Amino acid sequence: MSLLEVRGLKVHFPIKKGIVLDRTVGQVRAVDGVDLSVEKGRTLGVVGESGCGKSTLGRAVLQLEPITAGTVVFDGEDLSRLKGSVLRAMRRRMQMVFQDPLASLDPRQSVASVLAEPLRTHGEKGPYDKRVRELLDLVGLPGSAANRFPHEFSGGQRQRIGIARAIALNPELIIADEPVSALDVSIQAQVVNLLEELQERLGLTYLVIAHDLAVVRHISDDIAVMYLGSVVEIAGSDELYARPLHPYTIALLSAIPIPDPEVEDRRERVLLTGELPSAANPPPGCRFHSRCPFRQPTRCADEVPALRVLEGFPGSQVACHFAEQIAAGELSPVRAEVAAPAPGPA
Amino acid sequence: MTDPSAGPLITTSAREAVPGQLRAEPLLKIRDLTVTFASRGRATVRAVDGVNLDVAAGSTVGIVGESGSGKSVTSLAAMGLLGRRGVEIRGSVDFDGSDLLHMPEQELRAVRGREIAMIFQDPMSSLNPVLTVGRQITEILVRHRGLSGRQARDRAAELLQSVGIGDSLRRLKSFPHQLSGGMRQRVMIAMALACEPRLLIADEPTTALDVTISAQILELLRRLVADTQTALVLITHDLGVVAGLCDRVHVMYSGRIVESAPRRPLFADPRHPYTTGLLASVPRLDAPRGVPLLPIPGSPSDTLPWARGCAFSPRCTRQVDACLGAPPVLEPLALPSHLLRCVNPVPPQKLLG
Repeated sequence: MSLLEVRGLKVHFPIKKGIVLDRTVGQVRAVDGVDLSVEKGRTLGVVGESGCGKSTLGRAVLQLEPITAGTVVFDGEDLSRLKGSVLRAMRRRMQMVFQDPLASLDPRQSVASVLAEPLRTHGEKGPYDKRVRELLDLVGLPGSAANRFPHEFSGGQRQRIGIARAIALNPELIIADEPVSALDVSIQAQVVNLLEELQERLGLTYLVIAHDLAVVRHISDDIAVMYLGSVVEIAGSDELYARPLHPYTIALLSAIPIPDPEVEDRRERVLLTGELPSAANPPPGCRFHSRCPFRQPTRCADEVPALRVLEGFPGSQVACHFAEQIAAGELSPVRAEVAAPAPGPA
Repeated sequence: MTDPSAGPLITTSAREAVPGQLRAEPLLKIRDLTVTFASRGRATVRAVDGVNLDVAAGSTVGIVGESGSGKSVTSLAAMGLLGRRGVEIRGSVDFDGSDLLHMPEQELRAVRGREIAMIFQDPMSSLNPVLTVGRQITEILVRHRGLSGRQARDRAAELLQSVGIGDSLRRLKSFPHQLSGGMRQRVMIAMALACEPRLLIADEPTTALDVTISAQILELLRRLVADTQTALVLITHDLGVVAGLCDRVHVMYSGRIVESAPRRPLFADPRHPYTTGLLASVPRLDAPRGVPLLPIPGSPSDTLPWARGCAFSPRCTRQVDACLGAPPVLEPLALPSHLLRCVNPVPPQKLLG
């Protein structure tokens, strides 16, 4: 039984207009029908580009955004039905790690106070010193850090404080939204390793949201790829890399640079054209069809593809009408043209 | 290039390694560049410390380093874009025979923009928010190329088209905030290309962008170098970007170049512990899962002043006594084109397949 089950989750934000009359003139469909599940002790990675709704998804799971439709079931309880103190009690079992540690730590609060706050809010009796020291030790910071302030730490250390705060209440689920993207390259690995180590020691379940597929692939058991509010493919990390089925996943994988010239020179690039369309006015049919290099004249523009299991690829789910043909190599991508700069007037 | 002022024709192909000694005179020659920031009541900071750099026409040179390594300050100082107060710049920056550091401001302004262009990481803070994109591109064309308003507008539309912005005549009337991040960066590139510069400096050009957009921008830069013999200096922290695009790579740490090599030897046989550390700490998309990441301990701010030894030694796993005391020297290894500043280098090995 999975710890977290998300079914048909939709988060729509109204677009308001008018000063006196508060009219709703449209909706931004940030998350539009997402199904996910995470088993206890496993890590699900959610990747996608900015604006695809991955952060909203994470916040909606924690009930930090109002849900338009769908259910979020955590350990058998539908969170969207819970209110007040019952929801509060559930909240201590799931915590969040944010992207920018400096922005998510109060500059005037000492580290000890930052770490004691969740304990205090959830009614644990003080003194908290022992637990604070334990937490600092868990995330690899010296005990002397307790009396210092966030600005005295480097980015990597601040992220450790953010992680310590998230695990203060012994949660079961941690949602990490871009946990390493604000950090220097050499520091990212320290934080990634810390997250993995804590998962092993404390039996945590992770939902890791990030744009960097290489990082996500490193820490996740399964990966969900999002595009414009919906999941286009879910697969095991190895399968996703070895056999990407959705055209978007194929393009995404081919766009990520690999630090090895031998590999870089031989790689086949599937370049996408254009930009992410607006979530307020998504393209009809398959949302990816406006940029898809495998676009077909039929079905793509008028029929929304459902997430389905392909024959021969158990464990993967993909939302593409022509996934079989693409996997069999029957369709080839249209080459994206990157025009060279035109010569100027003489 | 139709530009009559174009320098000597460089016949070496873009992908051929350009070792320390160039056959043809490089377009940009930085020698012993040192930048020191001083402010009253604080210790002076030497952000760049004796950097040498050659860039030939039609080649791409990468500068890799973490925050604080001095990679951006190197380019800003070379272009004369650092303020005068509290900054001391020494060394020489030779661009096609003239010294940029000692050029009168008027002359320098004419060179910058026409012959040298820069692209910065954050396009929103480099574009003027209250002027339309069209106005900002045509301004350059009118100033540096002497086009009339109408010609400039047509050319601006062409430029936008060439960087992959469709419906370009309408886009000229857009303000920067109306464009997405990828579009803004393309506008920056269009502006940089407006005068067909001979040298383009791109400082983290794709860091703020999504991967699929980033791939488009990098492809654009690659085509530009190949088709127009522009020299490109690419400043980045992303080793993957460098691996695909650069002919020669300089790895900087704490203001100095610590390792410098053509890209293939650098990635196949990295010798500086910092370079190998960087490579081992980024997850590779194509690596089998479960390979642990080996982070570099400490943070980029844990440095030693170069005068007292190797600045990287506090974080280095191969530190020996000889690392402390005198600063290590940048010297060639087996290959004359592979320079290294380390007394206890990583033994030669095929680290990456």
